[in-house]
Amino acid sequence: MMEQCSYPSIFIYGHRATGKSHVIHTLLKELELPYATVSCVECVSVGLLFEQVLLPLFGSDSASLLSRSPSLSDFVRVYKQLCVQASAKQTRYIVLDRAELLRDMEANLLPAFLRLQELVEDNVTVILLSEIVWDKFRPNTGCFEPLLLHFPDYSKGELQQILSEDSHPSYSPELYSAFINILLGVFYSVCRDLRELRHLAALNFSKFIEPLEQGKVKESDTHKLWRNIEPHLKKAMQTVYLREVSSVQWEQQLQMEEKEAGAVRGLSAHAHVELPYYSKFLLIAAYLASYNPARTDKRFFLKHHGKIKNTNFLKKNEKPPPQISSLGTLQLLNQVGHDDQLDAPKYKCAVSLDFILAISRTVSFDMVKYLYDFL
Amino acid sequence: MTIYIVCFLQLLQDELNRKILDSLLAFIRKSVSTFQRGTDDWVSRMRAHEIPTAALVLGVNVPDHDMTFQCLSDQLQQSVTPFVVSVQATECAGQSCRVLERLMGTSVSVDNEEEPEQCSTNVNQKRVHCSLITLCNWYKTVTKVCSYCKERTSVGKDMQQHPPIVVIFKDLEAFNPKVLQDFILICSRYVEQLPLMFVFGIATSPSTIQHMLPHSVSSLLGIELFQSLSCTQHLASVIDKVILTSQFPFKPNGKVLQVLVSIFLYHDFSVRNFIKGLQLALLEHFHSQPLSVLCCKKEAALVHATELSHRDVERLQQLPSFMRYVEEQGPQEQVELLTSVDHVKEVCQKLLKDLCKYHKNYYTTLRCLHILTASLPKYPLGKQIRELHISCLEKNVWENDEYACAMQLLRMMAKDELTSALQKCAEILKSGKTKKMRAALLQLDNLLSKFDQPAGEDLTSPGEGLQKKTDLFQLQKTLLEMKKSRRTKKMSQFEILRDQALEFIDSLVRSHLAPPESQPLYEVCYYSSSAVLRRHLNATPRTSIQTALSNPYHYLKNEDLRAEDGTVSNAAPDICIVYKLHLECGRLINLYDWLELFHSCSSTPTSARFIQAVSELEFLGFIKSTKQKTDHVSRLTWGGC
Repeated sequence: MMEQCSYPSIFIYGHRATGKSHVIHTLLKELELPYATVSCVECVSVGLLFEQVLLPLFGSDSASLLSRSPSLSDFVRVYKQLCVQASAKQTRYIVLDRAELLRDMEANLLPAFLRLQELVEDNVTVILLSEIVWDKFRPNTGCFEPLLLHFPDYSKGELQQILSEDSHPSYSPELYSAFINILLGVFYSVCRDLRELRHLAALNFSKFIEPLEQGKVKESDTHKLWRNIEPHLKKAMQTVYLREVSSVQWEQQLQMEEKEAGAVRGLSAHAHVELPYYSKFLLIAAYLASYNPARTDKRFFLKHHGKIKNTNFLKKNEKPPPQISSLGTLQLLNQVGHDDQLDAPKYKCAVSLDFILAISRTVSFDMVKYLYDFL
Repeated sequence: MTIYIVCFLQLLQDELNRKILDSLLAFIRKSVSTFQRGTDDWVSRMRAHEIPTAALVLGVNVPDHDMTFQCLSDQLQQSVTPFVVSVQATECAGQSCRVLERLMGTSVSVDNEEEPEQCSTNVNQKRVHCSLITLCNWYKTVTKVCSYCKERTSVGKDMQQHPPIVVIFKDLEAFNPKVLQDFILICSRYVEQLPLMFVFGIATSPSTIQHMLPHSVSSLLGIELFQSLSCTQHLASVIDKVILTSQFPFKPNGKVLQVLVSIFLYHDFSVRNFIKGLQLALLEHFHSQPLSVLCCKKEAALVHATELSHRDVERLQQLPSFMRYVEEQGPQEQVELLTSVDHVKEVCQKLLKDLCKYHKNYYTTLRCLHILTASLPKYPLGKQIRELHISCLEKNVWENDEYACAMQLLRMMAKDELTSALQKCAEILKSGKTKKMRAALLQLDNLLSKFDQPAGEDLTSPGEGLQKKTDLFQLQKTLLEMKKSRRTKKMSQFEILRDQALEFIDSLVRSHLAPPESQPLYEVCYYSSSAVLRRHLNATPRTSIQTALSNPYHYLKNEDLRAEDGTVSNAAPDICIVYKLHLECGRLINLYDWLELFHSCSSTPTSARFIQAVSELEFLGFIKSTKQKTDHVSRLTWGGC
């Protein structure tokens, strides 16, 4: 890989936390090869992308040669210019992380990067890292096929091995790997993400070794340790794994005594929204309009039924002010249709059935009678 | 007077926001210290670095949020960190780039303000790309400089070295989810170099976070929840401090209060708009009622009463409540009241003092009644004190059916509930400073002490009459007598006391909770034109436009335009003529016919003026161009709506 011309582009794919960027970066650092690494998420414009490629490879002045909003040809030209000044003895590597976002940028960017070696006439290899398979990347106009490398998911044994390597300095590695075993037993069915598992291990290890520190058990009593930690892990699965509570709150909870810890209500427990009276009716009407087929409206809103709602309004002799836009801002109503149809805007109700049933109960309106799906 | 109320309301707002702001500040300080802990221990090395996020649930009253965020931003800048940025969804519509730009722009400008001696900041303004790398570099330079600067007294040492950068998202639901996700992804890559912190302003419920952000993104944030006071609680405390108090002499009457509360409950839940409505009522009162010069603090009012002009004294004598008072007096007194100005002024002072006392007694009694009835099943007198207050303002509350129902339920209350409620009443009575309230307090204390005494003899033992040997007839007679006596059985001591206590409360209610219309000179303090208020607050733009178009005299007051009903004079503006003509047409209006009619009606007909009038009508929304027939427009409004 060092002096000969290497393959122009490599495409590496695999799920989150399968070690793609870790392996590449370690390899490049160990072998002390010149490289530039860019995450395409940050590059909201192509200029930023080009800048971040040039800076590590050619030094801090190189970016100033680029114009304010450079195009691809500008980039190629500047690159060639810089190459002349600092010719490469080794292959340069450009690592593009989250490469699937390149597809959404300018259309010529992806094919150009795949053939960058040819365009700039320099010994450079572009490595693309992504979670999506190559078949979804291939542009319609065809391109240079890169070398494909797949990083498969870790198996349970491999996860055990990897996680056990970061053992806590004050405890034996066997104890830690027993802990990891228990953790994987609980979480493997829902989560295989290495980062997430490592985070959970860090959060829960202190609770695991609590009986040891209190002197109640010895290191070899894994069964007792398991009995102590297992309910906490189960609770963690429903709370901190789903990010219902934050990690800081979880740690606090673990430290408190069993008796004192009240239940911290997770985020999804608070689903109730207080709305003003007319807004509730507007929302109910919108829901009915969105989810009942048009032809059934006549059947439901005959003289005696539908007028209930209308007479409420007429009795008060007040017009409800246009609250549709405020309901739209709260994302309870979504605008459907083009923005330029200003004279006939169409809206669709964006709330779930449970929500609308709760609201109709507060205004004593029997919603179910009017819903087509419940006939 | 008005300035006093306005300042008070401002302070009240600050106080209500204080609790939530304090908890937010505590959270931010705690997160900063976590950041400072560094990577020394094993746990910090292993766990994922999350961005501390505060999810602030504020409620759907979006107009009130601006003030809260302004407050928060100011407090943060004073006491925690100078780097605070608030972003709104409308500014960051397209890409996350805008968010970064705002962040950098404000932070950079803050920097320039803070250290004017550091003129040679290396920020090259021309080539400032909105990227986080630039922000990181800038932050490093700024914090290095800061450590040489003079100390900020209220900030801890940790924070001085690494002040956090706080980004406040004012309306989270309105953000484009993709933009938000990208921004969070970018920021989480720099979380070790930049101590970022987010505050999400949420209007609906915290589950919107889960709807907007997928798990892969929300796992990068450490979210903690903060709930502000619900809008109804907020309203209740505003009403409590501003209206249900004898501190402020201005009062809205029942209908006016009902209008304001219904706008709050039915339309927008906005406390700010409620306060504005109250201020409007205040202004209207002082504007329309000349005797409102007496509506101020007691001492000042007494002084003003002596300085009333002749006109004002006449107005006073013509007030309905004053006339009622005059009729109740003896004939000698009546003559004096109607003739002598000085006597009227004296009497006026006395009546003002009485009004003051009435208010003090009224609010104390109202609160007592509320304590007793607030926890009854099905809330016969309303759950909130404002509902009770409105029903008391409208008529004698003891004549209501709900009052009778509440009293009946109270007669069935258990001992401990009753005693605890009565003790709370005693507390409230202690704070009432009038003679009558003090007397009432003595009576109540008496009653309460009797409750605590042990129970005396209860029922007569029923088994007495059955000891002797009797025949069937005697047995039947004794059993019937016992049944009769059981019906009128002697009540236990507790029940007697309970009845006494409730009678006492009832007497308090009847003597002090009379509606204000029964007090002479109440018009000085009470504002009652609810129709005017409703007209101002519930605007109907459509009606006013239609009035203007069909009857231009109403607004223009030009004599030439005065027309009998229905017709429009030739001198009217073009748009009025065109409007009148279009009312006679059906759903589709032929433009050529319309033009001909216009030419015949108008005094100076030209096609250009016709076209201008038609396009103005289209702009106002009465007609719309249609593709159904050429040269036709369709009519959009019908009838009087």
